[in-house]
Amino acid sequence: MSSAVRNVTSGRASGAARTNVSLSVEQVSYAYSANPSQAPLFTLEAMSLQARSGEIVAILGPNACGKSTLLKLIAGALEPLSGRVLLDGVPTHTMTPRIRAQRIAMVQQESALLFPSRAWEFVLQGRHPYGRTLRFETEEDITVARNALAQVGAEHLTDRWMDKISGGEKQRVILARALAQQPVMLLLDEPTLHLDIAAQVDLLDALRRLASVNRYIVVVVTHELNLAAEYADQVALLQRGRCLRVGPPASVYQRELLEQVFQTPLTVETGPSGRPRVNVWSGTSPERAG
Amino acid sequence: MRPLTFRRLVVRCAALAGILFVVVVLALKLGAVQVSLYGLARDLISFALHRTSELSSNYSLIVFDIRLPRILLGIFVGASLAVAGTSFQALLRNPLADPYVLGVSSGAAVGAILAVIIEAHLALSPDVAPLLTPVGAFLGALLTILAVYFLGRRDGQVDSSTLLLAGIISASFLSAVIMFLMSTLIGRDMRGMAFWMMGDLSTPLQPSLNWVIRLGFFLATGAIYTTAADLNLLLAGEREAMHLGVDVPRVRIVVYVAASILTGLAVSVSGAIGYVGLLVPHVMRMIFGSDHRILIPAAAFGGAIAVVLADVLARTVAAPNELPVGAMTALAGAPLFIYLLRRRMV
Repeated sequence: MSSAVRNVTSGRASGAARTNVSLSVEQVSYAYSANPSQAPLFTLEAMSLQARSGEIVAILGPNACGKSTLLKLIAGALEPLSGRVLLDGVPTHTMTPRIRAQRIAMVQQESALLFPSRAWEFVLQGRHPYGRTLRFETEEDITVARNALAQVGAEHLTDRWMDKISGGEKQRVILARALAQQPVMLLLDEPTLHLDIAAQVDLLDALRRLASVNRYIVVVVTHELNLAAEYADQVALLQRGRCLRVGPPASVYQRELLEQVFQTPLTVETGPSGRPRVNVWSGTSPERAG
Repeated sequence: MRPLTFRRLVVRCAALAGILFVVVVLALKLGAVQVSLYGLARDLISFALHRTSELSSNYSLIVFDIRLPRILLGIFVGASLAVAGTSFQALLRNPLADPYVLGVSSGAAVGAILAVIIEAHLALSPDVAPLLTPVGAFLGALLTILAVYFLGRRDGQVDSSTLLLAGIISASFLSAVIMFLMSTLIGRDMRGMAFWMMGDLSTPLQPSLNWVIRLGFFLATGAIYTTAADLNLLLAGEREAMHLGVDVPRVRIVVYVAASILTGLAVSVSGAIGYVGLLVPHVMRMIFGSDHRILIPAAAFGGAIAVVLADVLARTVAAPNELPVGAMTALAGAPLFIYLLRRRMV
């Protein structure tokens, strides 16, 4: 990925004030139910976590543990049943969609486009929360979009059609659109899904750089235990709607805890970077004898 | 990176307006009675300068009292249907959505027929009475689109094929209701049935209704146009649009109400004309791209051009007999629909 790191948020008057933003998830819970009179089909028990600008938080857990629900609560797309999610002291679900989109950018698993569009059109969509009804893109919007593409090393994709580029390239353009929103917090739902290992590392390198250069709070939902350990400052481990532990990877990556959550025999060791590394091994393989 | 600018928007709309003008002149000239272009040009200038006494008397009656009102009606009906189709396609994320396919036109027709029946039992002044029909058609259209929208949802998101099926079933059910109402309550009126189910521009309108159509068109299209940038984002889905700052529930209400007004007005004066709302947006999208800030005005011009041309053909192919204009749009539109269905859905 291009090493030319330019700050997309430069030129913004309030830039300085944005470098120290805090996210505070306070005793947040949620319940899904088919209808109000029935018992909930899924509950997320009250949990808390804190994050500051420049930090990467990874949310980990097996399928259907409530990772995506937690991400939606943080994004303000769902109203918590109890507790609150504060971004710089403001509950995220009470923000208007426009203000929310100026502060929080969400990168979801890509959804199919109905009609084809070019990468630059896609990135300019990130400027939507800053426009009035029916206005046309300004020079500033175009500059921000260009810088966003440059920051993820995707300038060469500017004029390409979104349906004619590879998965990894598409993920970069989607990330560029999120940057064009000039948010304070970046939320990503399994961004490395369907990417090969090089593209995964590329993306996470970019995220770490963006978190420190642009001072984003980054919250990422993922299945990749080792990549999370390598890149995250904090990890939240969820199982069946309960948050079992929040903390730096070394404190969360305990063999008994992970084995219990993921129902798989595994070992935890310290990798070359000093961060924990998880090895999965089959319970029937010969090594078990040791 | 070349985003749309105001200047490019104006230039493109002016080009489309030019094409529409040429089509209108052609439509004034062609018909069972031939009018020379020279005579037409002279008369048009006199007409525009309000010197009606200078009109050549032999064609002025045909051209200005019969053809011109019909062309103007075609312009507003075509533009309304195309704008409604464009916004349905974006909001429902379905390239095959349009007022006719989704049953909204049939719902409007049922509403209009019920209004006609009710009107007969009320002693209303002749100025107000005709306005009951578009109101009934609007309510019929709105109820139908709401029903189809809720039937077409699965797991909280609009499901493309379920929605389309719900629309087709509604359309066929409502057509049966039209048959029933026409046969039992109004008396067996085959021409009336053809009008409501196929569409026809030959019925002259009361002047008050003409003004309602024009005012309603500009208000509803204006309302939809304020959501143009939001519709661009909605192409990627409601959830995605919400995260980019679109107030999805507001856009949904504005578009459903405004598109129902457009469909209701069009159907109450011309019956259910098919394929215009479906195909015009696609053709315009191929030419101008899928940015709704240009697509909505382009579809309005395109719809007007398509309906006026279809009406010219309907008047001339079997002259002196006339086809309903809806038969013409279906003859041209159905093969194109099948082409799109093969390319996009299979």
